[in-house]
Amino acid sequence: MRAAALRNGPSPVPTPIDSIVEVRGISKTYGNVEALRGIDLDFPRGKLTSLLGPSGCGKTTLLKIIAGLIRADGGTVAINGKTVSAPGPERAFVFQDFALMPWATVLRNVAFGLELRGTSRAEREEIARRYIAEVGLAGFEDKYPHELSGGMRQRVGLARALSVDADVLLLDEPFSAVDEQNRRKFQEDLIRLRTNQNKTFIFVTHSIEEAVYISDRIVLLSPRPGRVSQIIEPEIDRSGDPEHIHRDKHYLDTVEEIWQGLKQYVE
Amino acid sequence: MAISIRTEGEAAGLASPSSRGATGASWDQPILLRLVSIALFAGIWEVAGRIPVSFAFPTFSDTMVAFFGLLADGSLANAYLSTLQPLVLGVVLSAFLGVGLGTICGLWRTGEWLLIPVFIVLQAAPVAAFIPMVTFVYGIGMTAKTLAVIILALPVIVLNTYKAVRNVNQSLLVMCRSFLGTPWQTVAKIILPDASPVIFAGLRLGVAAGFVGVVLAELLITPTGIGDLITFHRSRADYAEMYATIASIIALSTLTLVFLQWVEVRVFRPESRGA
Repeated sequence: MRAAALRNGPSPVPTPIDSIVEVRGISKTYGNVEALRGIDLDFPRGKLTSLLGPSGCGKTTLLKIIAGLIRADGGTVAINGKTVSAPGPERAFVFQDFALMPWATVLRNVAFGLELRGTSRAEREEIARRYIAEVGLAGFEDKYPHELSGGMRQRVGLARALSVDADVLLLDEPFSAVDEQNRRKFQEDLIRLRTNQNKTFIFVTHSIEEAVYISDRIVLLSPRPGRVSQIIEPEIDRSGDPEHIHRDKHYLDTVEEIWQGLKQYVE
Repeated sequence: MAISIRTEGEAAGLASPSSRGATGASWDQPILLRLVSIALFAGIWEVAGRIPVSFAFPTFSDTMVAFFGLLADGSLANAYLSTLQPLVLGVVLSAFLGVGLGTICGLWRTGEWLLIPVFIVLQAAPVAAFIPMVTFVYGIGMTAKTLAVIILALPVIVLNTYKAVRNVNQSLLVMCRSFLGTPWQTVAKIILPDASPVIFAGLRLGVAAGFVGVVLAELLITPTGIGDLITFHRSRADYAEMYATIASIIALSTLTLVFLQWVEVRVFRPESRGA
């Protein structure tokens, strides 16, 4: 298992990790509810890290602070060593509710990030078509969001985030509004995309199975106040058939281990 | 089901997001139904005119004859030439001013507090009562008539635009910010398209109110244009001509509203076109 994990790693020796996102002492209070307290985290480059925890643990708040969409009360977020406090071109966000423009076609929605940056129409549409194909939506370029299923809409959201060529993709419970069958297929695609795209993914989820299935690294957050309670690196070989992972012994053990840890927070 | 919803929605001049179910193949059917609806109305009119309901109530056929008579002798064209100037000017000014002011009030709190109460009062007031006052201040010319159109059309356009902009989809705003949209891009590419169905509903009401304004002005202020034609034929007891004039302005108002809806679906909300 150890060997399998290392084969996917950036180097054969576990050197000090190369962090693309560094979170230092982040805290956030809403009214008198302490959502996050003193969060210190490093997100390794080229890996998929999940933020996992029960509802109310501040995982989405933390993701939105990293995205620059919410201002933290204290602490800093640095991307590639540079402190940030607003959205930037090195990060792209995938929204839980998709956030697609209903009046725009799939093509325009996917190209929207580039449109805002002033990329010429021909160039941005060419890039958008490539990513539409990449997420498996070729042939749907001229459809409107209401003509697509939930799973397909989220693929549009993912393609939009990929097309701006950010280093870090931030995904906020992207599959929570997608039905179970589509979610499975989407998770498999995400594993494949992650190997192809060489990007860093930060992924918020409340599903233990989902986190273990797709993550290189799982950050467990505990609620009230939100703090890092544990960091787990499931060493699962994802190079083979993705179906196989669900029956992998290490996968099942990790799911069980996390559940035992989280149980105390569930009434 | 989808077909009947579509016909109803368009006849009432309402936005019809539910029309997306109608397919291209069934396009001829709504047109047929619409023609039947118009024919039915004309038939009832004809019967009512023949009973007759009142000696001052002409039949549909007499009215049509009178309409072509008015077209032929040029009096209708002359009347519209004079009516359309303040109407078009007033409606266009109200549309741009109304959407502009409404957007500002929707985005900017101070503007909201300054302006919105004024427009709420204006909308609640029986505005026709202002028209003699307008005459008193601005005389009986083009300015007074244009002002009458604006007074009636502007409040509903401002208020609808303001409400639509205030209730813009927050998640799309966050999306635009996260993909580095500038404030101008946010207004042009997210807020206005998202608000356009409600803005256009306001524009349709505003344009209809503008027609009311110009006819009122011509009946109460200056006997010119369509108002004059109506008054003139009434005074001569040419009821068929009077009805023809009234019907013509109703038809023009309806066509304008249908055109506005076409523009909305074409330009702003192509997804509601119905595949």
